[in-house]
Order: sequence, then structure tokens, then C-alpha cells
Amino acid sequence: MLMTIAAFLQGAIKQGIPLLLGSTGEIITEKSGHLNLGIPGIMYVGGISGVVGAFFYENAMGDAMNPFLAVLIPLVCSLVGSTLMALIYSFLTVTLRANQNVTGLALTTFGTGIGTFFGGSLAKLANSETASVSFNRTSQYFSATLPFAQDWGFIGKVFFSYGFLAYLAVIIALVSAWVLKKTKVGLHLRAVGESPATADAAGINVTAYKYAATCIGGAIAGLGGLYYVVDYAKVWSSNGFGDRGWLAIALVIFALWRPDLGTLGSFLFGGLYIVYLYIPGLNRSTQALFTMLPYLVTIIVLVSVSIRKKRENQPPASLGLSYFREER
Amino acid sequence: MRKDTSVQPVKKAHEPFVHITKRGELVWWRAWLIRAGALILAMLLCGLVTVMITDLRPMDVYVALFNGNFGPEVDTWVVFRDMAILLCISLAVTPAFKMRFWNIGAEGQVLMGGLASAACMIYIKDAVPNWLLLLIMLAASLAVGALWAAIPAICKAKWETNETLFTLMMNYIATQLIAFLTIFWERPKGSGTIGVINQMSEAGWMPSLFGNRYVLCIIIVAALTVAMFIYLRYSKQGYEISVVGESENTARYIGINVGRVIVRTMILSGAICGLAGFLLVGGIDHTITTTTAGGQGFTAIMVSWLAKFNPIFMSLTAFLITFLQKGAQQIATGFRLDPSFSDILTGIILFFIIGCEFFIHYKLNFRTAQKEEK
Amino acid sequence: MSNQNAIELRGVTKRFGSVVANHNVNMDVRKGEILAVLGENGCGKTTLMNMIAGIYYPDEGQIFINGQEVIIRSPKDAFRHGIGMIHQHFKLVDVFSATENIVLGIKEEDRYNLKKSMERVGEISARYGFDLHPEKKIYEMAVSEKQTVEIVKVLYRGADILILDEPTAVLTPQETQKLFSVLRRMRDDGKSIIIITHKMHEVLSISDRVAVLRKGEHVATVNTAETNEGQLTELMVGKKVALNLNRSQPKNVTDRLVVEHLTCINREGVKVLDDINFVARSGEILGIAGIAGSGQRELLESIAGLQNVSEGDVFYNNPKTGETVDLRDKTPLQIRDLGVRLSFVPEDRLGMGLVGNMDIIDNMMLRSYRRGKSVFVDRKKPKDLAQDIISRLEVVTPDANTPVRRLSGGNVQKVLIGREIAASPTVLMAAYPVRGLDINSSYTIYDLLNQQKENGVAVIFVGEDLDVLVELCDRILVIGSGRITGVVDGRSATKEEIGYLMTASMEKEEEAHA
Repeated sequence: MLMTIAAFLQGAIKQGIPLLLGSTGEIITEKSGHLNLGIPGIMYVGGISGVVGAFFYENAMGDAMNPFLAVLIPLVCSLVGSTLMALIYSFLTVTLRANQNVTGLALTTFGTGIGTFFGGSLAKLANSETASVSFNRTSQYFSATLPFAQDWGFIGKVFFSYGFLAYLAVIIALVSAWVLKKTKVGLHLRAVGESPATADAAGINVTAYKYAATCIGGAIAGLGGLYYVVDYAKVWSSNGFGDRGWLAIALVIFALWRPDLGTLGSFLFGGLYIVYLYIPGLNRSTQALFTMLPYLVTIIVLVSVSIRKKRENQPPASLGLSYFREER
Repeated sequence: MRKDTSVQPVKKAHEPFVHITKRGELVWWRAWLIRAGALILAMLLCGLVTVMITDLRPMDVYVALFNGNFGPEVDTWVVFRDMAILLCISLAVTPAFKMRFWNIGAEGQVLMGGLASAACMIYIKDAVPNWLLLLIMLAASLAVGALWAAIPAICKAKWETNETLFTLMMNYIATQLIAFLTIFWERPKGSGTIGVINQMSEAGWMPSLFGNRYVLCIIIVAALTVAMFIYLRYSKQGYEISVVGESENTARYIGINVGRVIVRTMILSGAICGLAGFLLVGGIDHTITTTTAGGQGFTAIMVSWLAKFNPIFMSLTAFLITFLQKGAQQIATGFRLDPSFSDILTGIILFFIIGCEFFIHYKLNFRTAQKEEK
Repeated sequence: MSNQNAIELRGVTKRFGSVVANHNVNMDVRKGEILAVLGENGCGKTTLMNMIAGIYYPDEGQIFINGQEVIIRSPKDAFRHGIGMIHQHFKLVDVFSATENIVLGIKEEDRYNLKKSMERVGEISARYGFDLHPEKKIYEMAVSEKQTVEIVKVLYRGADILILDEPTAVLTPQETQKLFSVLRRMRDDGKSIIIITHKMHEVLSISDRVAVLRKGEHVATVNTAETNEGQLTELMVGKKVALNLNRSQPKNVTDRLVVEHLTCINREGVKVLDDINFVARSGEILGIAGIAGSGQRELLESIAGLQNVSEGDVFYNNPKTGETVDLRDKTPLQIRDLGVRLSFVPEDRLGMGLVGNMDIIDNMMLRSYRRGKSVFVDRKKPKDLAQDIISRLEVVTPDANTPVRRLSGGNVQKVLIGREIAASPTVLMAAYPVRGLDINSSYTIYDLLNQQKENGVAVIFVGEDLDVLVELCDRILVIGSGRITGVVDGRSATKEEIGYLMTASMEKEEEAHA
């Protein structure tokens, strides 16, 4: 029984990590006043860029892989890929002041396109029958746990049985929460998202903050895609990632734009995703209803927050609006 | 400690290299020239990307794109059918956007409309004449689509709940609901799909017209395009939508009940999405899956936006997007590439057209040598 | 050069398009003094101060700070010279605490430490006697507290020169007194303070010297101790200008609109209208005079059904039926359905009265599009109306299909007033109808109002130029801080008398509190 609970918690956390990275990235972006609906696309690109890096390094080196490079190469590829995507978004919405919703959706179309296309091409290169790409050795390094994880029973399973990216995700979330709340940079970023005109008048470089937040946010979200393919799924298949990108955006609302709450929220969402496996007497169809729960809960949070109108829990006041200094 | 800084002379700073100002008004043809220029640039880039990925010669890319739509190997009716569906959803989101209500829940509203049709087909079967079944399906789809859109609208009108996020979430509730019902209705058991509904009786299938199964569908959307154009341009409700979208203050000044207009318009928007769901299920797929809408709910937003919310232009932008996707898919098949190649090209085109709007609304004033001296 | 002047302005000129906001201003501000800048609305006080604070850049002229010529291109530059301005519209982030707003954008050498900043905020507050909670969120604050935050924000940055733009407009008399004692303490601390105000008694009680501006020019700077209200008023309003508006005797005067005990409380809980009683009569122009923001907008909007009224009634006597109806708590549509022909030219022409992106024809329809049973709008009649207004009022426009936002200010106003008059109203309310208009357009508007009066319409005219008010209106209602401070006859009243009533409200209030 205890081990069942441990397995459930472990599963919930593993499911939650991609959502956590995605939502932390989106929160940072939204705090600068930009609703980036391209996050699902960015996560796809983050995933596939890492896969491309892993695939070629693995094929080039065969058995002679250097563990350090085997981790570093996919990581860097993923960060570069997702940052480039975020750059497209920020150039269009910050500099060219394009409509954020439309730009974001276009970016998601583009990103999922890139992901699926290159994934499919790699599968062909690998002569895979199932249109999927696997990279076992790289995954081994990514999902390597601390050696004593297996021996520590419940504690080991729940707390120590993850690859380093999972811990990194939690650390990033907590650090982001701290930066947003306690540092000057966070204060300035929040000011930019709340009232860019006020921030501008106070001498804050609004454009720089918006670019930085969007790109850093994109890079973090991209890691979510990377974690999903190299650690969780250990294989790239074209529809594997599913709607996790949108779920990450839902999590932003659920967590009330706070990355620390996002950590708990992501585990909860992850748990809701797999809880059907642990409840006896359920079948495949109820799985769908359970996967609906995170969205339903998010809507309830969204509506109740708008009814209560508590100022701290609202979306950043200028979310979705372009800023132009000389606007009257 | 602070005082000593106050007497320091200000660093001599230059005028910024480029200064952005808002344009007054651009003559319409120059605005269209900018858009056309962006489109051409985007097409060139698309060509370049294609040449790099395939071994086509540059000009052949465009030939291949064309052949993907009108070539001998493809059924051009399918192209027009898909364009009609995309156009239908684009028309649906338009009134809401004109009101500055960001309905990005078209995907879910279409799915729910389709679900209603499928449910009617499954449960009523051939218990009633086909024309009556079709009418029932249509009514059910319109109603359910409208309901799906009305929920966020009511919250927006009442509590100013963020509609972008709300409608987005509604999409996935719809998806999961269909995932649930797919298994509930699945045939054969364990297949995970419903399969073609009423394969034998063809109950609830839209009839062929002029010997083609898709003509009716296309005619309906064509009529809808004209109707929407007239509605927005000439009806009192359309006028109210424009006023609310432009300025809520003015709307209140002349006595428009803003909340009511929001809910009414979203009901219309959702009902048309429901219609698209009906066309997809009753006219084309004869089944329902979680991917029945296939992301067109999102593409439609861009189609509508690119056309500046004008239904007539929208038929052009819908055609542009469909043309590109079909053509790219053809290239992908020809070169055994992944079909998502078309999404990459669509993305590139969209980025360019979205970005070019900046040059229509803003002017770049470069620093001139003369100014610098001063 | 002796260094007793904190700021010297030499030949400062600023134009906005063809409008000259400031012309050749020469002015000094001494160290350790409170200088009041006095002038009517639109005389260029705020523009001049904005140039010192780095919001605008002067077209001509020089600015000296402590004897050195400086160039101020941005608020940041201004801070570097120790200049801080407290604007009328606060620039604060609502969900931040006072301290967070205060430290926003400052580059400090040492690490960001909110606790330490909070201590410093506390220190500054204690030094000058502010009552400020450093951790309180802005959205929880009353207006006066927000103002305190703005002042501390400026002091925190080490400003030696403080500019306050109408700081007392939003304060109660007690709060004003408190602010003044703080300002005095800062002056004694060696800081220079510039305070913009229209209120005569405040000028006399707080300032060391008074600089008077009129129509964009600096008229004089006098020592407060050596002047009096009469002299200042004369400097401010200038010699009487004859406008030759042709004012006819009212005919067939009857009570059209009777306002009783009207009281309005805004979202912040401030009484913006306080027990307003007056009558607007047909065939008469009723002027409303007052300092901007004294409740004029709320008054007109509550008559038009756009404001929540807390107390009181607005009775309308219908000339056709002879019935009397109460317009309180009615929506604009309900008012129209009661047969009340009320036209309203709001202050915000493109944000409320018209839709900037729509053409003239569609703007004509705003009032009338509901007419008829058809689901479609009728553009024929609005088109004729648009053509009619364009030719009759000489609207300069390429055609009737031009978006109104592309017209000049005067033409926008002609379109708006033209539409409102075309509804053949029995009551016509116009808020600042000539603001920003050139002389010719202004006269067109005056003529239109006079015509309406002769047609038996009850005209309510909210104005800012006292010369116009005393020449155009039959009666003038003076409003101050949401109350009526006097009603004068337009034919016998003088500008000085009205100017006195406009600023009198505060004194009365203070007496009441004493």
C-alpha cells in the first residue's frame, strides 16, 4: 500500500515537471505583460532541439559517449532552440507591437510544425518503423538518479528517484518566485507588467525587460519539453507531448501567477492526470474525465478570482497590451 | 550622499538612431502594398526553406505548391471544402473579435457542435426522415456551440473574467468530453474510435448536390459569408458590435447595454462554430474524434485577424492559408517528408503578415545628419 | 552669477502644432522658497512645469539649475538635477506597496533591501511629518495618501526642487493644511517648492512669491506679502476682453429641468457632488463656472443617466405634455423613452461623444440608429444629416466617409454639436464645447448655442473662459468642490466676482470646520 502511494506520488511529480517548467516560463513572460500563447510551440521546439542534439551525438559517438557532453549538448540545443522561438515572439510583440494572441497562436502552429517535422525526419533517418525516435543512452544520463534512491524505500522513491532536470525545475520555480518577490529585478519586472508607463517614467528600460522576460521564460519552458522527451518518455513520438503546453498555461492561472504555488499545482495536475490508474473500478473512458479536471479546476479558480477581485491575485494589469510611449 | 550627483553635468547623449512615431493615416493602397510586400517576402523565404529541405529547384517549389491544390492528382473539391470549413470558423470568431472579445475557444465550440450532431446521429439514427434528422442535428449543434461560448461571455459581462484564458480552457474541457464519449460510444469495442456513424443507412449524412458530396457544405459557407458581411455592415446589431469594440464609453453614452451585447454576440459566435461542427460531422467526417476541429479553431483566429475582420477579405485569407497548407502537404508527400511541413510554412507566412502591420501603423524616423548637428 | 536661484528660465517657448503653449517665459525660482504659479485653466502652467521635469522638451530658451545651464530630456535627467514633480495624475503601480513604488527604478549601489528602504521611507516621513504606512498597498490608499507617496518618492531620490501640480485639487481642507505644513518644513530645510494652483487663498497662505501666467506668458512675479487678492485676480484674468457675443433677452422662460439635492459619491468614496440645487430654464443659457474637476462632469453625467446618484432628483418638465418626470436612476435609453429630448455634448469628444474610427455618417447614427423596426440600419437619413451638417457648419473634411479622428479639433466638435442639435433637443448640455478650438470655430459654436436658446431650448454651458461666460450666459452657476457657491446674473456679474466664488468654497469649508 505504501509503495502504491509512493508510485502514485512519483508518477504525479514526473507528470508535473514539464507543466511546472512550462508554467514557470509563462509566468515570467506574463509578468512582463505578455501573454505568450506560443508556449506550447516553444515547448515542442525545446523538446525536439534537445532530441536532435542527442540523436546526432549518440550516432556520432556510439559507445564512446562522454556523460558530461551527452547531457550538455541536448541541454544547450534545447535552450538555443526555445530561446530563438521566444525571440521571434518578442520581436513581433515588443518591437513590432503585434497582437499577442495572434502572434502566440502562430508561434504554436510553427513550433508544433517544427517539432513534428524534424521528429518525423529523424524517425526516417533512424529507419524507425513506428515513426518515433529513441535515444536510450542519452536518456540514461538524463534520468540517472542518486545511487541510494532505490535503497531508501518510500522516501527514496518519492524524493530521490528523479533525473536532475526535475530538481532543476523545482529550483528554477523557487528561485523565480524569490526573484519576483524579493529582488529589485523582480520588482521592476512586475512594474513593467502592471503599468509600463509608470515603469518607463521611473527610468526602467521597459523594452529590455520585456525581451529578457520573454526569452528567459521561453528557455525555461523549452526545458519542460526537453524533460518530457529525454527523461519522462525517453522516446520522441509525434503526438506524445499532447496538450501539455496548454495545461502549463492553465497552471499559470491556477497558481495565481506565483511559481512557488506552481510547484504544488504542477504535482496536483500531474496527480489528476494519472489518478485514474490508482482508483479501482475505473476504465479508460473515465481517464478522459479525470484529465479534464485540471482545466475545470483552473476555470473555477479563474472565475472565483474575478468575482473576489482581490488585487494581488489578478493577472498583470497590462497583460496582452502593447506599450508605446508616445501613445495618448 | 545623493546631493553630489545632482550637480554633475548630464552626459551628452545623442538623439536615438531611430525614433518610432505613430502614423496618421496611410492611403489604403500603400497599406496593401506593404502587406503584399510582406507576403512576397514570406513566400520567398518559404521557397528558400523548401529548397533547402528538398532538392526542388526554386521555381519548381511554387509549381508544386500550385499542383498541391489544382494539380491532376488532387481533388480540388476537397481543397474548397477545407477552405469552406476554415472560412466558416473564421466567420464565427469575427463578430466577437470586432467587439474586442478574444474568443480563442472556437476549437472547443466547433467540437461541441460536432459532438451534438454526432449524438443525434447515434441516438436518432433513421427513426426520422433524413431531412428532419439533419435539421435536428443542425439545431442541436447551434445550441450547444452557443452554450459553450455563452458561459465565458456571461462571466465576462458579470465579473470581467478574462475571456482569453477562459475560452482557451473551454477547448480542453470539450476535447476531454469527446475523449470520454468516444470510448463510451466506441465501435468496435476497444478500438478507441467511434468509426463512421450510420455507415449503412447514411442517416444524418448531408446529401450530395450536383453529384458532389461537398457542394452543399461549400454553398452554406458561401451564403454565410455574405450574410455575415451584411450583418456586420448593415444591421443594427452589427453596428452595436462596432461601437462596443471601439469605445465602451461611447456605447454607454448612447445607452447600449454593453454586457448584453457581449453575451448576444458570443452566442452568435458560438452558434456559427456549432454550425462548423455540424458541417464537419454531418457533411464530411461522419464521425467525431478529439481532432475533428484539427486546430482550425486557432488558425481561424489568424485568418479573421489577417482579413481585418472583413468577411469578404476573409475568403481570400482562408484561401491563402488552405492553398499553402495543401500545397505544402503535397510537397511533403512527394518527398516523403512529414506532413507537418505545411505548419512550418504557414507559421512563416503568418509571422510576416503579422509583423508587417507595424509598418502600416508606425513610422520609423531615422536620425539624419542634419539633426545630429543640432 | 550669484547662486541664490535654484531655477532660472530664460526665453522658454513651447508650441504644440500651431498652438503656442508657452511664449518667451523668463522666471526665477529661489532656493528655499515656496513659489506659487497662478493662472487660469489652459494658461500653460503645467506645460511649463513639465519642461522643467523632463516630460516635454522646450522649443526655445534655456534652463539654468543653480546657475548652470542644463538640458533636461527626460524625467531621469530631471532627477539627476534634483528636480522632482508630483503630477496631477499619479504614476503609481496599484498592487505595489508604498515603499515598492518609492524605490522603483532607482539604481542603488548596495543590494536591494526592502527593509532598509522602508526604514528610509520612515525616516523621511518622520522628518517632514508625513503619515505614511510604508507597507500599505496603493489600491488601499485614499487619494491624499497616494499623493504622499508621490512626494516621498521625489524626496527619496534626493530632490531639492519639488514641483506640485495642483496638489490640493484632490484634498480636503484638513489634508491641505497638513500638506502645507509639510511644504513649509521642506522649505525651511532649504528646498525649493513650486506649487501650481488656482486657489487664491491657498496662494496667499502658503507662498513666499507668486508667479502669474496668462495665455502662456509670464505676466509678473510678486512677493506674496506685498500683494492682495484683487491685484492677483487682475493679473490672472487680465483686462476685460470684449467678445461682442450677441446675447438676446430670454423669451418664454419656463422651468425645464429642476435639480434638487443632487449628491454623488464616486468610487473612492469622495462626495463629488454635494446637495446641488438649481433650475435650468427654456430659452436661457445657464453657464456653469468652476475650477476644472469641481464636479462639472459628474453633474452633467448624472443628468444624462450616466452616473450613479446617491441622493436627490432631476425633474424634467415636458413642454408637450406638461408632465413632470424624475430622471434619477434612469438609463440614457429610459430617459429617451420618457420623451425627454436631452442632448449632451460631453467633454471627451472622441472617447465618449463620437467614435474616432467611424466616419461622419456612422457617427451621425449613434443617436438615431435604433429608429424603426427594421433589423438593418438606415444610412440614408444619417447621410443627408451628415451632408447637411458639413455644409451648414462648414466642416472641413474630404467627404462624409472620413473617420472623424482625422478631422481637426474644431471640425470634430462641429460634427458632435451638429448631431446633438439635430435631435431637436429641449435641453442641450455642452461641456467645454470650445476647448482647444480656434477663434472662428469658437464663434460658430457660440452662435449655435445662441440659436438654440432662441428656439426655446434650455442650454447648459460648462465653460472655463470667464470672458465668454459673462458675455454668453443669462445666468451663471458657480461650482466649487462639488457644491454650488453662488448663482449670478450673467449681465451684471464681473469676472472678478465669479473668480472669487470659484475659489471661495474652500474658505467656507474651513470656517465650518474651525
